[in-house]
Amino acid sequence: MSLPAFDLAIVGAGPAGLAAAHEARNLGLSVVVIDEQDGPGGQIYRDVERVAMHRAHDLDVLGPDYKYGFGLVESLRASGVTHLAGYIVWQIESGGTVWCSDGSQAKRVDARRVLLATGAMERPVPVPGWTLPGVMTAGAAQILMKSAGMVPGGPIAICGSGPLLLLITDQLVRAGANIAVVAETTSFTDYLRAAPKLPKALLGIEYLQKGLAMRRRIKAAGVRMLSGISELRVLGDEKADGVSFKRGGRTHTVQASSVLLHQGVVPNTQATRQLRLQHLWHEEQHYWYPKTLDNGATELEAVYLAGDGCGIYGARAAEASGRLSALQIARSLDVIDDKNFTLKSAPWLSEQKHHRAVRPLLDALFPPPSDILNPPDDATIVCRCEEVTAGSIRKAVALGAQGPNQLKAFLRAGMGPCQGRMCGLTVTEVMARASGKSPADIGAYRIRPPLKPLTLAELADMDPADMDAE
Amino acid sequence: MLKRRHSDAAVVRISIDGEQVEARAGESVAAAVLAHTEGATRTTPLSDAPRAPYCMMGVCFECLMEIDGVANRQACMIRVADGMSVKRQQGARSVEGRE
Repeated sequence: MSLPAFDLAIVGAGPAGLAAAHEARNLGLSVVVIDEQDGPGGQIYRDVERVAMHRAHDLDVLGPDYKYGFGLVESLRASGVTHLAGYIVWQIESGGTVWCSDGSQAKRVDARRVLLATGAMERPVPVPGWTLPGVMTAGAAQILMKSAGMVPGGPIAICGSGPLLLLITDQLVRAGANIAVVAETTSFTDYLRAAPKLPKALLGIEYLQKGLAMRRRIKAAGVRMLSGISELRVLGDEKADGVSFKRGGRTHTVQASSVLLHQGVVPNTQATRQLRLQHLWHEEQHYWYPKTLDNGATELEAVYLAGDGCGIYGARAAEASGRLSALQIARSLDVIDDKNFTLKSAPWLSEQKHHRAVRPLLDALFPPPSDILNPPDDATIVCRCEEVTAGSIRKAVALGAQGPNQLKAFLRAGMGPCQGRMCGLTVTEVMARASGKSPADIGAYRIRPPLKPLTLAELADMDPADMDAE
Repeated sequence: MLKRRHSDAAVVRISIDGEQVEARAGESVAAAVLAHTEGATRTTPLSDAPRAPYCMMGVCFECLMEIDGVANRQACMIRVADGMSVKRQQGARSVEGRE
């Protein structure tokens, strides 16, 4: 059945999308939330309802910040929004039309405004051996804890850097996982460089306290923690059987059947790229983020953005930004006037400021290491789908490849099933270093619909009413 | 291989390459397969290299499997259902009768 036109279509049911839906409904807007997962929460609050119902003991494992999401999810349930759960979005039009599918039938959703709250993904970690079975991201292990109550059998090697690495280690410890080593790329120099950012971060002191408490608990559990590691490799032939890395001039080898990699999170820019929005390069964290105007507005009148898809600030800041975007949208539709907007947005602006305060410190403390950005070993796979190595990209640059889009013609990099999600940042960085240009000048893959693959049957089964052009 | 901790979600029976396997309601197909598999869950079309799910959130496409007869589904995005048939994809596909 064809859906009515909505005031607002929100893509993504993480903290930003949920908060925006709640706020917009409260202002009387008709709202549809379209999300890939069949339960709300995004990755951060993934399956929080199910955990509460079937694995309540896991709420203690995952901690209070996860449990917090339950309230946000319940507010969506109570708000009366239309929730298209388990729908992939495969095209977004600049005028506000969203095309999606539940895996059996494609559907068209029309809205006066569309808010993209598509969130973040973990930065790919291209080290030798990262394609071996037994290797996954630390976030993947966390998703398995949330969605299935599963932990890797172990021994586990956790390698990389960032606040999420600590959080997940802390959760794995509580879940009773067998952790062989936590090997952090963060070094003493990173702490020195980040130190000047400390005073301003004190506004978000609870984040720093949480980080220190996690580190204390992990150490108290007897987990071996090493910092300042480099030259990480995953060892193994048919599957991972350990890791090796350098530290203080010595090479360490640790046996492990499961390797969890993590180097922070980056905005997932597939949807904003498909819309051809302007993207900027974050010099310190080495990621692309779409340019936004006031409270998530963009150069396209119908398109708004919220949450970590616009830059990494964390779940609570994303929630505030979702509410601010909803208010901005309501103002653009003349649902509220300027005075009312100022009144309603003030508390969320200060909330956002509070939760963002710690970020400059974290950005400085956890920079992605240069050998992750630009893998020095020519044999390291960069594009997992098409099995394109760092060396072949450098060779293509020497042969004259000008940027990521021309590289597709040279090597098919970025043309496999993941559509460049896993190699895009690395390709930009490797090409920039090899050609002596800046990443901003090298650019990024052009992203085209469908954003996610769908079958011809899903298109063919579409309601004819959905296909009529405006 | 993944360890399943305590859950009171309903038991669901699926088949993985014809083998009957117990999973729990709410789990993704990828999770159920990883709880049962040491090592690869597919091999690549280009070089037959062994692979397994990497991101579990729908962005890496390493978990592609044939689910109920439809190939290249993202196993991390689909929840198990009773009677589901899951097949591992090995190497490049070929048209029957042709090599």
